[in-house]
Amino acid sequence: MDPQAAKLIGAGIAMCGMIGAGIGVGNIFGNFLAGALRNPSAAASQIGNLFVGAALAEALGILAFVMGILIWIS
Amino acid sequence: MADPLHQFQIVKIVDLPDPTLPIVGTVDLAFTNSHLAMTIAFAVVVLFLTAVTSGAKVVPGRLQAVGETLFGMIDNMTDSIIGHDGRKYFPFVFAVFMFILGMNMLGMFLTFTATSQLAVTATFGLITFGLVVVIGIVKNGAGFLKLFWPTGAPLVMRPIVGLIEFFSFLLRPLTLTLRLFGNMMGGHIALKVFAGFVVSMGALAAGGGLGLLGLPGAALSLGMVTGLTALEFLVAFLQAFVFAVLTCIYLNDVVNLGHGH
Repeated sequence: MDPQAAKLIGAGIAMCGMIGAGIGVGNIFGNFLAGALRNPSAAASQIGNLFVGAALAEALGILAFVMGILIWIS
Repeated sequence: MADPLHQFQIVKIVDLPDPTLPIVGTVDLAFTNSHLAMTIAFAVVVLFLTAVTSGAKVVPGRLQAVGETLFGMIDNMTDSIIGHDGRKYFPFVFAVFMFILGMNMLGMFLTFTATSQLAVTATFGLITFGLVVVIGIVKNGAGFLKLFWPTGAPLVMRPIVGLIEFFSFLLRPLTLTLRLFGNMMGGHIALKVFAGFVVSMGALAAGGGLGLLGLPGAALSLGMVTGLTALEFLVAFLQAFVFAVLTCIYLNDVVNLGHGH
C-alpha cells in the first residue's frame, strides 16, 4: 500500500476514539436529564458538575482528535 | 476550495528585529495576527469591565447586569468549590475566565482565534498547573505529597493508586491545554468545511445541467453552518467556563489538602 494512503487511513481510524467520547457525553447528559426529571429542584445545583463531567469525558475524545491531526500532518 | 486549516496560519504583521538571547539563541520576533487577536481580546475585556463598573447603579442596567452575572457566576463558583478561602483565588480564576472567553468569542467574529493555537492554550495550562503546584508547596510544604497518598484506599493499594494519581496529576496541564485547543480548532475546522461545501456545490450548480442537483446540498450545508455557528458560540462560552471550573477544582485539591472540605 502507498505509505501516504496508509497514513491517511490511520488518521481516520484514530478518530474512532471519538466514538467513546460520544457515548460518554451522551451517557452523562442522558443520566442528568433522567435524574433532573425525577428531582427538578436539585437539578440546578448540579449544572456545574454536569459540565465538568462532560468536559472530562470529552477531553479523551479530543485526545483522539489531536492524535488524528498529528498523524495527518506528520 | 480553500484549505480549512489555512485560518490557523500565523502571519507576521510587523516584523521586529531578531534579538539573540543567551541560552535560546536567535529568536524570530514579530507582531503576528495571534498577538493582534490577543491584544484585541485584552482591550475588549478591559473596556467591557470598565464600561460595566463606571456607571454602576444599585438597580443594574443591561450592560451592568451582564457584567454582574459573569462576576457573580465565578464568585459563586470559587466560593462553592474552594470554600471560604475561595475569595483569595477569585482574581486569578476571573482573569483567566474573562480572557479565554474574550478570545473565544472574538474568534467567532474575527478571522483568527487565538485559543486555537496550541502555544496559547499551553501557556494557560502551564500557568494554572504551575500556580497549583506553587500554592500547594507554599501552603502545605512537604505535606503536598499527601495529595498522592489516598487515605480512602486500602493500605496495599495505596502505592499503586498513588502512582496513578501522580500521573493523572501530571496529565492535568496537558488535558487542560488540549481540551481548549481541540474544541476551538475542531469547531472552526467544521465551520470551514461546511462553508467550503456551500461554495463548491454552488459552483457545481452554477454550471447548470446535472450540476443543479448540487443546490439542495448547498442549502443543507448553509443550514449546517448556521446551526454550527450557534453551537460554536455555546462552546466558546462553555470551554471558558470549564477551564475556570477545573482551575477551581485543582486549586481546591491543594488549598484544602487533608481536611476533605
